[in-house]
Amino acid sequence: MVPLSWYLALSAVLFTIGVVGVVIQRNAIVLFMCIELMLNAVNLTLVAFSRFLGDVTGQLFVFIVMTVAAAEAAVGLAVIISLFRTRETLNVDEADLLKL
Amino acid sequence: MEQLAQIQVTHLFFLAFASLAVVAAFNVILQRNPIYSAIGLIVVLCCLAGLFLTLSAQFIAAIQIIVYAGAIMVLFVFVIMLLNIREEESKIDRQKYLKFLAVPLFLALIAEVMAVLKTLGNPPASPNVPGTVESLAEGMFSTYVLPFEATSVLILMAIVGSMLLARRESKEEADSIEAALTAANEPTEIEEHSEEEVHA
Repeated sequence: MVPLSWYLALSAVLFTIGVVGVVIQRNAIVLFMCIELMLNAVNLTLVAFSRFLGDVTGQLFVFIVMTVAAAEAAVGLAVIISLFRTRETLNVDEADLLKL
Repeated sequence: MEQLAQIQVTHLFFLAFASLAVVAAFNVILQRNPIYSAIGLIVVLCCLAGLFLTLSAQFIAAIQIIVYAGAIMVLFVFVIMLLNIREEESKIDRQKYLKFLAVPLFLALIAEVMAVLKTLGNPPASPNVPGTVESLAEGMFSTYVLPFEATSVLILMAIVGSMLLARRESKEEADSIEAALTAANEPTEIEEHSEEEVHA
């Protein structure tokens, strides 16, 4: 059995890569992918704890996190499409106003 | 002896998937073209599905492949293709200095996590709970039925909201919105205008 700390360390590394991606990338779609990366790192933690505590609740929460991620992706990509239509760019630095 | 061999195999499985996931995750954030980032993310998601199998969460692993690597990533790739984004150097690079902040941030977060893990130690594994559909459904439709219903409402709102956002406006509609925006100094006029639109 692989120890719990290995899973937690991998999850931490993936989460950190996601954070760094949000800091260094300026493309809105890639920023969304970095957020998905962070959500997945958290999912790994939830499943690992679920296994090591012998409780299925962690896996249920992974299910709910996935649903929220799907909803977030749908709305976020729609926002990106309408942003691209009005501004002709995906750079988040150039989209600094809520007004069209 | 047999058990020892099995342990070795699991460790190798973990190490292979973990290293591939980390490399692919770096690929996500370092590529300039978003389509390569998307491919990297798909690899990460599939690796995580493999790791879920080592944690005996079969249902979650299947859902990970179907929902994440299938549905959500198809949405991402679809949007990337739809927008036909050129590889571009950004004209305004206001956050240039943030790139140099990212490396210390990365190291600090990793160090922090390793320190926490050192103090925690490794708990022994509990008796195995199989992550099958039955065991998950039992919890989901008894104790956690309210969050489950809440997510279904959330998905419905997301569908309606994204359709509203991504809808292409007709020419007249766009013109009337433009007119409303130019006459922004008189809020009453805008209200009238939008009411007219609704009736029409």
